[in-house]
Amino acid sequence: MRRILSILLENEPGALSRIVGLFSQRGYNIESLTVAPTDDETLSRITITTMGDDQVIEQITKQVNKLVDVLKVADLSEGAHVERELMLAKLRANGNATREEVKRTVDIFRGQVVDVTNSLYTVQLTGPSDKLDAFIAAVRDTTEIVEIVRTGVAGIARGERALRQ
Amino acid sequence: MEQLSGAEMVVRTLTDLGVKHLFGYPGGSVLDIYDALFQHSDIEHILVRHEQAAVHMADGYARSTGEVGACLVTSGPGATNTITGIATAYMDSIPMVVLSGQVPTSLIGNDAFQETDMIGCSRPIVKHSFLVKHAEDIPEAIRKAFYIASTGRPGPVVVDLPKDVQNPQLKFPYKFPETVNMRSYNPTTRGHSRQIKKAVSAIMAAKKPVVYVGGGAVASEAQQLVTDFVEKLNLPITNTLMGLGAISGEHEQFLGMLGMHGTYEANMSMHKSDVIVALGARFDDRVTNNVTKFCPDAQIIHVDIDPTSISKTVSAHIPIVGAIDTVLEQMMQQIEESKEQLDQQALAEWWQTINEWRSRKCLSYEPSTDKIKPQFAVETLYKVTKGEAYVCSDVGQHQMFAALYYPFKKTRQWINSGGLGTMGFGFPAAMGVKTAFPDAQVAVITGDGSIQMNIQELSTCLQYNIPVKIISLNNAALGMVKQWQEMFYSGRRSHSYMESMPDFVKLAEAYGHVGMRVDDPAELEQAMTDAFAMKDRLVFMDIRIDPAEHVYPMQIKFGAMDDMWLSKTERTS
Repeated sequence: MRRILSILLENEPGALSRIVGLFSQRGYNIESLTVAPTDDETLSRITITTMGDDQVIEQITKQVNKLVDVLKVADLSEGAHVERELMLAKLRANGNATREEVKRTVDIFRGQVVDVTNSLYTVQLTGPSDKLDAFIAAVRDTTEIVEIVRTGVAGIARGERALRQ
Repeated sequence: MEQLSGAEMVVRTLTDLGVKHLFGYPGGSVLDIYDALFQHSDIEHILVRHEQAAVHMADGYARSTGEVGACLVTSGPGATNTITGIATAYMDSIPMVVLSGQVPTSLIGNDAFQETDMIGCSRPIVKHSFLVKHAEDIPEAIRKAFYIASTGRPGPVVVDLPKDVQNPQLKFPYKFPETVNMRSYNPTTRGHSRQIKKAVSAIMAAKKPVVYVGGGAVASEAQQLVTDFVEKLNLPITNTLMGLGAISGEHEQFLGMLGMHGTYEANMSMHKSDVIVALGARFDDRVTNNVTKFCPDAQIIHVDIDPTSISKTVSAHIPIVGAIDTVLEQMMQQIEESKEQLDQQALAEWWQTINEWRSRKCLSYEPSTDKIKPQFAVETLYKVTKGEAYVCSDVGQHQMFAALYYPFKKTRQWINSGGLGTMGFGFPAAMGVKTAFPDAQVAVITGDGSIQMNIQELSTCLQYNIPVKIISLNNAALGMVKQWQEMFYSGRRSHSYMESMPDFVKLAEAYGHVGMRVDDPAELEQAMTDAFAMKDRLVFMDIRIDPAEHVYPMQIKFGAMDDMWLSKTERTS
């Protein structure tokens, strides 16, 4: 099962490599990873999406928590949460028909065209990962996908639940 | 405030932390620290002949005293030579701090001479590590390193010190950090009271309980509490390889070691039990055999200071996170307060069953007047040292013979590489023990394979007068490898023979020590007595043992706890 882990850790050199190292060392899978400092610049926040059954996720959570740099770990998928990912997609846009169809698809997915040439559209899209997947599937039939870049998931719990020091 | 250079701060912080011994080897990137050590320090430094030995010495020092072992090495090869030793300490949760030199910060990443990314190399095998980039940060980094190494589940910590940070010309104000405050590191030591209650109820309801104790009891100095606990309830107890000594090996309720080479009675009691009280043990694969067949009827109470050890390989029914000593105190109090009682009749029947298993005498072996049996050699060592020696083991058949045939009276008396299984560990570890306890009897039980993995330290022993006794059980083969090849590879002995054995007696003599060769069982006890009588000499006993012996019992691969070979021809199922 897909899980989203949120990690609050010291913003120290090497802290990220300890997290990534732990995942590879213990044979856990990282599907996506995002990291950046928080409003408190001494702390970083990581969101990792991974796969595993309850037992594996429990072990991952405990192992991450054990790292000396880590303050808090939460499995966001345990409760209500918001997840967002940003994608930039460079799409072939030749000829009126294709250009219009691509633009329509972008509009349907509430994306924006952020760069244009006479043969290309660069599109920005945000949303949960499956929405981005759906856009790729939809646009693939219309035109050529030149390249795609995705940020990976950033997630936060709904309501009062918060990952704070 | 006092002004010190980075190099001086390293030495001063160690002094202020109470470090008395430092094991190390100098080199370009730590020369400033060595100079500070020369000029200002009361710390006794022991110069090894290979950095791996420095780490094992610090490790043996830590295992025998419970204090943090410290070593100092240079960058590059000095640092990488410590890796095996760090991994050894990590697997067995030994408190240790490794100070490594590093190339100047301006050269980091340039493939500079003797540069390796020590933080990166050691990352998977340390509890934590520090790369110090400013001299002012040295006292705090080293103070934290010692704190982290010795608290919670102990483990090794690396402090990497670039050369420019040590610069003797630049002075900074020095103040020893009296306290450590880390918001991200607060290990739990006290068990959750509701879990303690549940655990005590489960124990009181048990008809076939067994207590399974590991290295966590050693780390938390819980020997007395463990003994009180099992005596109070008359519970049978088994120890892991790392837990030996957590109750006296001669205690009536002690069933011996469990696991792959555990005793018949210990493994049977585990398999047939209805409640297992696991204290500071981690259900290692060398204990459980096939986890899917592990102790089918048992409810498992698992106490450990490290939450990741709980339900990692075997699911715990009642998990308790906490230090073994603290949790046992809580449990003892709960037992006092609780009205629940053990079913004494069921317990008596359980003991009767266990005693029947014991009567099988799984550790008996065919005595010989002609060849020295390895079991007999260990028993003789026990007799000669009155069971009071520190026994430091290498890895292989001799390690298992030592674990099974030398009953340890107390914790920290048995020192071996349990988790990593590092050949070459025993001798330098014993040197660390002897450094900590110069008046104690310190024996190295080793084999002709293991001893050659750090034999260069004979030279260090001469320089610093470290008179350990090397009991080398020589079967002219890599015994455990050979045993497996005989059992599982149709006797094809692929590269398990030592075909050009040195003359160990002459070798010992070449290094200025005493060498002895014994091949007659009748002479062994006297020879060993003579060896231990030479209190200020290192004696290398080259004991020619019967090469045909295997270690038994031995669990049958993929089986349950109760599936064992008891001899070359006899198996339980």
